Amino acid sequence: MKKNDEALRLENLRKKLIKKSRRNYRRFQGVKINPSVFHKSQIKFLLLMLPMLFITILPIIYIFSHAFKSLSELYAYPPRIFATRLTLDNFRNLILATSQTGVPFVRYIFNSVISSVLTIFLSLLIGSLAAFSFSFLKYKLKKGLFALNQLAIMIVPVAIAVPRFIVMSELGLTNNILSHIIPLLAMPVGVFLMKQFMDQVPRELYEAAKIDGANNWHIYTKVVLPLVKPALMTVAILAFQASWNNVETSSLYVDDEALKTLPYYFSTLTLGTSAIAAQGMSAVASLIIFVPNIVLFILLQKNVMNTMAYSGIK
Amino acid sequence: MTPTKKKRFNDAYFFIIPYFTIFFTFVIALIVISVVLSFTYYDTINFPTWVGLKNYINLFTTDTDFMQYALPTTIKYALIIGPGGYIISFLMAWLLSQVSYKIRTVLAIILYSPSLTSGVLMTVIWKVTFSGDTRGYLNYFLLNLGFINEPIQYLQNTSMIFGIMIFVGLWSSMSVGFLAMLSGILNIDKDLYEAAYVDGMKSRWQEIFYITIPSIKPQMLFGAVMAVVGTFNAAGLATALTGAYPPPQLAGWLIVDHMNDFGFGRYEMGYASAMSVVLLMIVMIFYYVSHRLFGERRSRRK
Repeated sequence: MKKNDEALRLENLRKKLIKKSRRNYRRFQGVKINPSVFHKSQIKFLLLMLPMLFITILPIIYIFSHAFKSLSELYAYPPRIFATRLTLDNFRNLILATSQTGVPFVRYIFNSVISSVLTIFLSLLIGSLAAFSFSFLKYKLKKGLFALNQLAIMIVPVAIAVPRFIVMSELGLTNNILSHIIPLLAMPVGVFLMKQFMDQVPRELYEAAKIDGANNWHIYTKVVLPLVKPALMTVAILAFQASWNNVETSSLYVDDEALKTLPYYFSTLTLGTSAIAAQGMSAVASLIIFVPNIVLFILLQKNVMNTMAYSGIK
Repeated sequence: MTPTKKKRFNDAYFFIIPYFTIFFTFVIALIVISVVLSFTYYDTINFPTWVGLKNYINLFTTDTDFMQYALPTTIKYALIIGPGGYIISFLMAWLLSQVSYKIRTVLAIILYSPSLTSGVLMTVIWKVTFSGDTRGYLNYFLLNLGFINEPIQYLQNTSMIFGIMIFVGLWSSMSVGFLAMLSGILNIDKDLYEAAYVDGMKSRWQEIFYITIPSIKPQMLFGAVMAVVGTFNAAGLATALTGAYPPPQLAGWLIVDHMNDFGFGRYEMGYASAMSVVLLMIVMIFYYVSHRLFGERRSRRK
């Protein structure tokens, strides 16, 4: 009899516990990170993000609408955010203004494009070679060099502008298209991100290829590079941003007007002028600088997110 | 794991040499040169002459622009933008992780978009927004709502210039670190949450502090490093905003601006180098603090 009572009590306790954990679990069902479908419970999160979204998107809307506003509308009172009538006047003014300078506008575009493309290509090449050696190869200095690279991630480029100027002049990297490229090739963050991503490649692949007689170069090109494309794309974006938005090189190391790049030219366009026409033109200029950045990012964002999952520093 | 051939030359060096040649020339050597030059007088024409600690002494005792404006402004700016931008990044990343994929992707792109361009290159927008006449967006908006009676000269007022710099800094604070944190949160094993809830975890706050943050500590450290680096990109912003060099009453004048002024304006490279050493020290302190907060215990022994 007593034994039965005990069993009943235990049974009840068990049921209670199951019920409690079920209740907890049900509560969990409502709290899902990375939900697969939209549910109205998510609206509160969207509302919380609203102020920040507002701040980040407004400037972008401004440059788009400003670039297409007519002169009268740029000067209109009350000021409007959206253009009511779209014109290409500002684009025309910009082309007109640029045709009056000694150097044709196309030249700046050419300089910017060629230096960005070469920066991306070369920094990917030397960076991924270094990342491959960090991830797969064995050599004496590896630990020290990687620690050094790690430390260099936090070096702010503007902080070492003075010695860079000296080194650049000593190396003869002034007034040269290479001045735009070479200093940007050392990208500690890029090497770090690629190395982290390569660490996810199964070691068995490397060993199998080794046994099949492949040398390191073959493994690098044929096995590893195709597997780490997301990381390469991410670093390509970062290299592009560094190069495309770079004003410093043109203002410090390049005197020859014909070797300067687009953002530098645009920054001189806006300096010190408050004339309304200049406002429209500089909106067009900002737009031209901004659009390639955002388009590249939208196209490659999946790769970026994929790479960032392994970006942790321990 | 990987087989090594200790025979002749290790071909690993072929892979590492191109990168490290450039890395040493443009990163390591520059730091060494900075430190060495900071003890000299160098005008780029004559050979540097050794002056000992004179540059540092001048910097901290006689250079009132540095002590009164550049140094405090930089520290104040970094203390607000660093942690402030970082907390906003984390909050945004967490909020984004609570909504479904399509909406999240679009919103993440919007939030990240300011990082795709620099505040300085976007000056035209800030000028229109904070323009001192009634046509400035902010003035118009505030006048219409009746908060103010006459337009405010935002870009002439020294304390407001700093406020605008803070605003621009926060605007662009969702950088690569933000993407890292977002991606980290999305990759947390869902079983962790499930287990914790079965064990009686009750609220979202507990969820954040017991599961989310501990799980993404490495990404948070990466984010912190990126936040520190991003903080110093505001160089030249005050000049670009006000259109005056130097800006009125040196408002928003950062160490980087002061350094560029001496280095490239007056060619006092030694003195400018001393400033860059001070700046690197400040960065190191920030890095040290973030490592203490987010780094793993064992890596502290350094």
